[in-house]
Amino acid sequence: MSNQNVTYHEYDVVIVGAGGAGMRAAIEAGSDTKVAVVSKLFPTRSHTGAAQGGMAAALANVEEDSWEWHTFDTVKGGDYLVDQDAAEILAKESVQAVIDLENMGLPFNRTPDGKIDQRRFGGHTRDHGKAPVRRSCYAADRTGHMILQTLYQNCVKLGIEFYNEFYVLDLAMNDGKPSAVVAYELATGDIHVFAAKSIIFATGGFGKIYKTTSNAHTLTGDGVGIIYRKGLPLEDMEFYQFHPTGLAGLGILLSEAARGEGGILRNASGERFMERYAPTIKDLAPRDMVARAMANEVREGRGAGPNKDYVYLDLTHLEPAVIDAKLPDITEFARTYLGVEPYTEMVPVFPTAHYAMGGIPTNIKAEVLSDNDTVVPGLYAAGECACVSVHGANRLGTNSLLDINVFGKRAGQYAVEYAKTAKQVPVPKNAADEVISMLEKVRKAKGKEKVAVLRRELQETMDKNAQVFRTEETLTEAYDKIQELRARYENISIQDQGKRFNTDLLEAVELGFLLDLAEVTVITCRERRESRGAHLREDFPNRDDKKFMVHSMAYLKDKAQKETGSNIAIGWKPVVVTNYQPMERKY
Amino acid sequence: MAQQEIAEVPSFTVTLMIRRFDPETDSEPKWVDYDVQMHGTDRVLDALHKIKWEQDGSLTFRRSCAHGVCGSDAMRINGRNRLACKTLIKDLDISAPIYVEPIKGLTVEKDLIVDMNPFYQAFKDVNPFLISNTKPEKERLQSPEDRARFDDTTKCILCAACTSSCPVFWTDGQYFGPAAIVNAHRFIFDSRDDAAQVRLDILNDKEGVWRCRTTFNCTEACPRGIEVTKAIAEVKQAILRGRP
Repeated sequence: MSNQNVTYHEYDVVIVGAGGAGMRAAIEAGSDTKVAVVSKLFPTRSHTGAAQGGMAAALANVEEDSWEWHTFDTVKGGDYLVDQDAAEILAKESVQAVIDLENMGLPFNRTPDGKIDQRRFGGHTRDHGKAPVRRSCYAADRTGHMILQTLYQNCVKLGIEFYNEFYVLDLAMNDGKPSAVVAYELATGDIHVFAAKSIIFATGGFGKIYKTTSNAHTLTGDGVGIIYRKGLPLEDMEFYQFHPTGLAGLGILLSEAARGEGGILRNASGERFMERYAPTIKDLAPRDMVARAMANEVREGRGAGPNKDYVYLDLTHLEPAVIDAKLPDITEFARTYLGVEPYTEMVPVFPTAHYAMGGIPTNIKAEVLSDNDTVVPGLYAAGECACVSVHGANRLGTNSLLDINVFGKRAGQYAVEYAKTAKQVPVPKNAADEVISMLEKVRKAKGKEKVAVLRRELQETMDKNAQVFRTEETLTEAYDKIQELRARYENISIQDQGKRFNTDLLEAVELGFLLDLAEVTVITCRERRESRGAHLREDFPNRDDKKFMVHSMAYLKDKAQKETGSNIAIGWKPVVVTNYQPMERKY
Repeated sequence: MAQQEIAEVPSFTVTLMIRRFDPETDSEPKWVDYDVQMHGTDRVLDALHKIKWEQDGSLTFRRSCAHGVCGSDAMRINGRNRLACKTLIKDLDISAPIYVEPIKGLTVEKDLIVDMNPFYQAFKDVNPFLISNTKPEKERLQSPEDRARFDDTTKCILCAACTSSCPVFWTDGQYFGPAAIVNAHRFIFDSRDDAAQVRLDILNDKEGVWRCRTTFNCTEACPRGIEVTKAIAEVKQAILRGRP
């Protein structure tokens, strides 16, 4: 191998990613274990900080509520693809998760009597769908920011060790067991091998497979891609959430809290169109239904603007004081980026790629699975990169900030418990070789293709063919395009040949992960020949519980698989049903 | 319901003058100019990306969320500290070149990237976490009025726009700087916290709040609209009063 510096580190627990799930795990693993958090960003830059509206928990601080209702809403919101044992844990442990954060210092908004205030959010209802319920605990419209800050503050308090701007690019396995992660240090170009007894992936999502997205530039799915390349399965990758209210043309997120506080969606003629799609809870229907309704309005010619390609979010009937107190940031986004004044003007919005319901399969102890039920000892995942599955086919708003706290904490607990008795799996001598040769290959490539061009073409084909509406035809078009882009990816070159802060090199590496994840997404979309939650197949418009009340499990294979026409094999995994039999989903 | 139709977005060519420095090849920084075709809704970050992706892949800067909440891309744009992702090009004077350079007072690592570690260390030095003598069973209670007292300073995203706009910090890197004081303020005025005095003592140091010369650069620079200078003044008053 080349003259590459490689540094070895040893820990009990290594956590990859310093967003909400990673830091919640770190706090749990905390003081009496040797823990390191390895992150491609400085912790407070993580995308948890962009979450706005709140965190669900049946505290019942402002009106009657129960964890059982929350469980039901989560299962129904996920179009019955939710594993109900996991949803029960999510809902039951939500109250303690909120208390934990408050005790750590999180500045929640308060009720007049000093308790944590709560507000409405899409799909969260009283008594199994009777009416919207106030379940979301919040801090203005910057709840994610406050969670991220509070968790980082507590990591500082506990003296947690961070390796910031270290890009984890590989997982070193030995005889099917994880032994270390391999990371690239941005500042120096050096390679680091982090050996650990327990390894937690908390690497977030991969919204950058799409062009219009609320996701950060850095959300390229490196962690999920690493797991997939190891031959481990990815679960439910066809279920990707499009958030209804992205700023039109930009994709910047405007929280569902805007509708929770009374905001209304209108089409070009000013009609409150959600009354036609969800007569009971209207604008507070779950995200999949609202996003689809919006896209449908545009498709049927009722969109607004010069190209009739968006609808409006109307806040003009809200008191400016309410907007300032409860929705200050998102109204500022409308002013800054579109020059629209939400006090008096309606805000142009359109669905934006937002959240991966699917990801690395885990059980309720956050342990990663190598098939439908075999645990990979010592390997954990939590947060958006994981699929436990509490979100099923469609996540409810405020359930992801909850997910990172409940399952981040569980990952920390179980990883420490395992590390206490486990022996370090010997790190293979050549653990860093694969990463070194991959980087060398990219650095030395002399091709004609540009990374930014390939990435843009990938994102455009995904927006066009695998967004809210999907058919066999569009998915095949996307798949063929991805194959073309893969071939062209072999013919790239980069300009920056330096070792220090070489983001040119890393963008090329990240594109490799994006191509992998886009391909899995498209293939699983094609294999699921039904419509459920966020996955709408226009050629199979109905939910098919007989055939598809199952999770998809996608495995990377060495050679083409006949059934999928790709290198991906698909298995199916039963859904865990406890109390709720599938019903028709009406709101 | 009046709604102004949004017209076609105009496009224009703009010149960016960027302060470049590669420690592996350059002995000192140099200005390099780039012409780019941009649209009316584009931000300075879009222009930087366009240059990186189409003209020079070695141009290096930090960025992540691209809408002003992660705090990665604070830089000096036409002499003022701003987030590149929150600065619309059309709001700048595009008849002249747009000057982009790293924030001041921290060592430049490469192009627009500076060494943030001294900044983070100052943050850590003020005990930026809740310290409470009680362990409640449930949530602590806090009145909306008490919660409002420190609301402004909870908005900080640690972008360093304020601290690196401060003339005192430029000449004295030991000064805690506005961001660290803002984060101390966030806990000093939190009714649930029991360690205000510890933080007030830390900031009563010769490198603490008294170095502030009230130039308001920090308040102007803050992309989150935090009244930074006011927060510093409140900490000064608390020290004099001997309590928050």
